[in-house]
Amino acid sequence: MNVFFILFSSITVLSSVAVISSRNPVHSVFFLILAFVNSAGIFVLAGAEFLAMILLIVYVGAVAVLFLFVVMMLNIGVDEIKVQAKKYMFSGFLVALILLLELIFSFSNLDVIYQTSNSNFNKLSNTHEIGKVLYTEYFLPFQIAGCILLVAMLGAIILTLRKREGVLRQNITEQVSREKKDSIEIIKVGKE
Amino acid sequence: MEVLNLENLKYLFILALYVLAIIGPLLVAVAFLTYLERKVIALVQYRKGPNVVGFFGLLQPFADGVKLFSKETIIPASSSKLIFVLAPMISFSLSLIAWSVIPVSENLVLSNINVGILYLFAVSSLSIYGIIMAGWASNSKYAFLGALRSAAQMVSYEVSIGFVIVTVLLCVGSLNLSNIVLAQKGCWYVFPLFPMFVVFVISALAETNRAPFDLPEDESALVAGYFTEYSSMLFAMFFLGEYSAMILMSSLGTILFLGGWLPPFDNELFNVIPGFIWFFLKVGLLLFIFLWVRATLPRFRYDQLMRLGWKVFLPLSLLWVVLTATFLIFFDLLPNYES
Repeated sequence: MNVFFILFSSITVLSSVAVISSRNPVHSVFFLILAFVNSAGIFVLAGAEFLAMILLIVYVGAVAVLFLFVVMMLNIGVDEIKVQAKKYMFSGFLVALILLLELIFSFSNLDVIYQTSNSNFNKLSNTHEIGKVLYTEYFLPFQIAGCILLVAMLGAIILTLRKREGVLRQNITEQVSREKKDSIEIIKVGKE
Repeated sequence: MEVLNLENLKYLFILALYVLAIIGPLLVAVAFLTYLERKVIALVQYRKGPNVVGFFGLLQPFADGVKLFSKETIIPASSSKLIFVLAPMISFSLSLIAWSVIPVSENLVLSNINVGILYLFAVSSLSIYGIIMAGWASNSKYAFLGALRSAAQMVSYEVSIGFVIVTVLLCVGSLNLSNIVLAQKGCWYVFPLFPMFVVFVISALAETNRAPFDLPEDESALVAGYFTEYSSMLFAMFFLGEYSAMILMSSLGTILFLGGWLPPFDNELFNVIPGFIWFFLKVGLLLFIFLWVRATLPRFRYDQLMRLGWKVFLPLSLLWVVLTATFLIFFDLLPNYES
């Protein structure tokens, strides 16, 4: 086994454990980010450099930042989390179980996955490879996923949008298009 | 362990030499960039600028460095200590690791990876963490507000930088930085994609938290923003990180738009001058724009900044991506790399 693989994977596992065991929620998020970065490292070792970079850009660079934002602003204590966590015990275990079953399923069919991925393997870099498959064979699922994301985004905007009365707004075009003759009036004050 | 045999050690040693050969000149460049900044701003304001330490004040940055080294490192009592110390280190090292993929000349590059441009984009999006960690760990209102501003600002402007990169990639057809430069052999992309170049320069100013978008360190409202509580070497690391991020952004602009190491005209006279000199000249030009803008423009208000990012640059760059793609398909100019 590769030394780097051992390094990355052990840090990933340890920091994942730290995510659920650390007492400070903000530290948990930092450990989550560490886990993300190290899994990107594993992707690179597996030769999937495109996926690794996308993982870094999307999850670490954007999603986790917003996550961190929320956790920092909420300022929740550990006791509160423990109370809340008990409520979601059942659904949490359900999700974990499904994930575990899926992992077992995919690992028991590893040879099938390897065959399909190696059959049309040629000299293209994996960015080209992904692009070719994504925009031809899987075009419809890809577009549907995009539409679902768009709907989710619109939903989030509608839920949080509120119109406030009496807010003064600046209209830059209006300000820039103001001219001397609209705003200054010269009044001749003649002699009596 | 079998990894630590002579072959690997030799390889590691040579790699370390390469890394030093990049970091050394970079730090010197950062030092002189601070000098240049003070000189340029002084000239704009009709002053002399640093002129006492050394010849023409050239040793001023080193005097500043010695001063920062010899100061006491103060760690606030109520801070989160580990993260407080870690934040400037992350900021500094992130601004250094990006240099491993920058092709200074056709053969002068540490690692010529396939997804070079995505790597640079990823590293620049990671640099938010140094700032946000500093703001949170300081346990100070000024620092926290500065960090929040900075994070929101960098996330917003990354979107338009992303679209600018996509536009260039459409014309190149490869994510490799050397290929991006070589594709500009006939015509630098600054000419056909000029609006995108303007968007890129302005977004780069926002991405590196430079004036007129330096709201995270808005001294008239937030003292010094996210590094309010920092002193001595920890402060110096933020400082070095910020300036090397500026040089990095200028190099990215050079690679994407100004044809990297390529001379302006492909003739005998220009080809005599080695590629890396052209590269540094172009980087210097972009850096001068950074300094010039700082000396000229007043600071944006935060809502104006957000408006510019989301309501002006995002639609504009999205439209330009669509236009470029349409143009390339219509005239059948789409590049076809089989590498």
